[in-house]
Amino acid sequence: MDILKEIAASLERGEDDRVAGLVRQALEERCAPLDILNRGLIAGMDVVGEQFRKREIFLPDVLIAARGMYAGLDLLKPLLAQEGVPSAGRIVLGSVRGDLHDIGKNLVAIMLKGAGFDVLDLGADVPAQRFVDAAQEHGATVIGLSALLTTTMPVMKEVVELVRARGLAGRVKVIVGGAPVSEAWAREIGADAHGYDAANAVERVRALVAAGA
Amino acid sequence: MKSLLERLAAGEVLIGDGAWGTLLMTRGLEPGEAPEVLNRSRPEVLEEIARLYLEAGADLITTNSFGGSPARLRRYGLDGQTEEINRAAVAAVRRAVGGRAFVSASVGPSGHVLKPYGDGDPAEIGAGFERQIRALAEAGADLVCIETMIDLAEAVLAVRAARAVAPALPVMATMTFERSRRGFFTVMGASVEQAARELGEAGADILGSNCGNGSEVMVEVAREFRAHTTRPIAIQPNAGLPEPRGGETVYPETPEFMAEQAKALVLAGVGIVGGCCGTTPEHVRALRAAVA
Ligand code: B1M
Repeated sequence: MDILKEIAASLERGEDDRVAGLVRQALEERCAPLDILNRGLIAGMDVVGEQFRKREIFLPDVLIAARGMYAGLDLLKPLLAQEGVPSAGRIVLGSVRGDLHDIGKNLVAIMLKGAGFDVLDLGADVPAQRFVDAAQEHGATVIGLSALLTTTMPVMKEVVELVRARGLAGRVKVIVGGAPVSEAWAREIGADAHGYDAANAVERVRALVAAGA
Repeated sequence: MKSLLERLAAGEVLIGDGAWGTLLMTRGLEPGEAPEVLNRSRPEVLEEIARLYLEAGADLITTNSFGGSPARLRRYGLDGQTEEINRAAVAAVRRAVGGRAFVSASVGPSGHVLKPYGDGDPAEIGAGFERQIRALAEAGADLVCIETMIDLAEAVLAVRAARAVAPALPVMATMTFERSRRGFFTVMGASVEQAARELGEAGADILGSNCGNGSEVMVEVAREFRAHTTRPIAIQPNAGLPEPRGGETVYPETPEFMAEQAKALVLAGVGIVGGCCGTTPEHVRALRAAVA
């Protein structure tokens, strides 16, 4: 089998300890790091994410695959930087204040990093102001918010309002996500986008960056 | 007073209470604050909520100790106060209800995903549950209520901990399931059948499900439990699944709707019917009337 397909398949099968070895092998076979990333690691994680959404697999499978993806990414990152692959954009990411759920947010971070974004992960339980401060301080053009609790979703609205109050609307875009968060909610609070899973989040962030700045 | 297990064995249907979080928030709990802090700072609030549910007709009143395991409290730098926090949770409910209801000592997930999928060390988490449950038992809880579990391995750790440090207390263990095309599973992948078997083997006296589903779907979960266990079943649904409306979130199921479903739950063989997220004293009152 094509080594890149093998990488994707090993992620799908949850053989996280094989991923790094396969990535090394692909590099020895002179595959381009960017190809290994896109057609190997990301292709595999896309399948894993889709299977999880349909509950054909469960959270442990996703966590194992994410570990494999990390191991592969660690090997590729310095090479991608060397090759001068430009950053796809800078994003500040976190779970909102009051919300300790971070598994989904971490997956979004992995996929964004994989897609070449410069991700500043603020962690969980992050107050509205910290998101906006960090975006300003680090020149990020996108703020990514994750919430898994209906009680913390209103913090997303606070962030959107703060971005407006500081006159950053348009220059700093806000994308929201998390299980209870919907496209309708994003519209209601005036966020710029909603991502329904990690792969979709990457697409939406890419579109935001392309449309903005 | 007849014991909890005797009453269930005699075929009596008992009523659990409803959500605490929302009532705590309207009484000053800040988002991001550990709800268990109030056990020591404002126990009168807990007594008030316990009384509301008692007056609504609940037979079991839950303690505010869901996040009272040291692993969970550590996130707030409160693990050193594990004993005090859990004892205060039981004491407040006991003061409010006396002997008129069972004090159901809540034990929720540790907040860590267990190894090998996450960083949680099973021995440490099990020891943490023992520490929490010992305090709850010493303060006079009537039963241990292990709830909202998604990882069967962690739920089993909690049940074993209860059996080890509080052998005299009945243990209720309920998990949160999602419906998929292949049936009901927790997000970590445990089926109802596996849960019924392993929780039973670990020594849980009462099995079932709470949270994650509205009352209609819970009727199906209950039937599946009935097919796989002979032990009493406890079901505590959400008031439906939350919907965002006008910048706020609303739980759609009315007390009347839940009361109708409660009858179906009883027909399915459920012995304890209560509520989880989104349920109120009004819901509990309607449940009481429906199964009276
Ligand atoms: C920036 O743009 C984007 C774009 C896309 C984005 C995005 C951002 N963020 C996410 N996405 C999207 O991409 C990701 C990848 O596909 C997806 O992310 P998700 O996060 O949706 O998906 C993850 C890959 C997997 N999903 C998860 O990781 C969440 C799983 C469930 C089981 C869950 C877990 C694991 C936990 N929990 Co909690 N927990 C539940 C969850 C029930 C469920 N079945 O979903 C839920 C979310 N919890 C709930 C509750 C109530 C709670 N939990 C709590 C605690 C916990 C644990 C700590 C035990 C643990 C979290 C561990 C951790 N480190 O994250 C408590 C709150 C703690 C807090 N303050 O945050 C507590 C309040 C329980 C309590 N009473 O104390 C419920 C919320 C109800 C509601 N809607 O308000 C809940 C639905 C469970 C239920 N039984 O109903 C997409 O949503």
